[in-house]
Amino acid sequence: MALTKADLAEALFQELGLNKREAKDFVELFFEKIGEALGQGDTVKLSGFGNFDIRRKGRRPGRNPKTGEAVPIAERRVVTFRASHKLKERVDSHARSGG
Amino acid sequence: MTKSELIQSLVASQPQLDQRDVELAVKGLLERMCRALQVGERIEVRGFGSFCLHHRPARLGRNPKTGASVQVPERHVPHFKPGKELRERVDQ
Repeated sequence: MALTKADLAEALFQELGLNKREAKDFVELFFEKIGEALGQGDTVKLSGFGNFDIRRKGRRPGRNPKTGEAVPIAERRVVTFRASHKLKERVDSHARSGG
Repeated sequence: MTKSELIQSLVASQPQLDQRDVELAVKGLLERMCRALQVGERIEVRGFGSFCLHHRPARLGRNPKTGASVQVPERHVPHFKPGKELRERVDQ
C-alpha cells in the first residue's frame, strides 16, 4: 500500500475539517506549486521534510543497452531530493526499533 | 522557495482559506508524508513523483580523523524518484 493524493486529501478532511472538494484541490495545488517552482529552476526547501534541488547534468555519451549502439545524451536538468536530518532520523529510528 | 513562501503562494490562490488554515494544511500534509515514510510506506503522487526508502546495509566505516575503523549499522534512507511530468517540466 502506498500513500496517495487521495489519502492526503482524506487527512486534510479528517484532521483539519476542510471539505472534501477543498481538501482535494489543496493537495493538487500543493504539488503543483512545488512543481512550478522546480520548473522555474528554483530550489524548494521544506524544513523538517527536505530540499528539492535542480542539478545540471553535463552531456555524456550513452549507449542503447539493447542494441549496444552509441547514443549521445544531451545536457539536462534533473530534480534531486535531500531528506532533512529530522526526516532521516525519524525514518532510521523507526527502522531500528524493528518497525 | 521555502515553506513559508509556499504557504504565501497557496494563500494567494486559495482565497476561501485563511492563512492559518493554509499553514495547518501544509504542515499537516508534510507530517502525514513523514509519518508514511517513518513506517516504511511508499508515497505515490501522480505527475510529481514517488518517495520510498532505500536500504543501506551495515558496513565497516572509518573515522576520518583518527583512522579507526567503526562498524556502521544498517539503515534506511528516504529516496525520491521524480515522475515523468516533473522530469519533463524541469528539463525544458
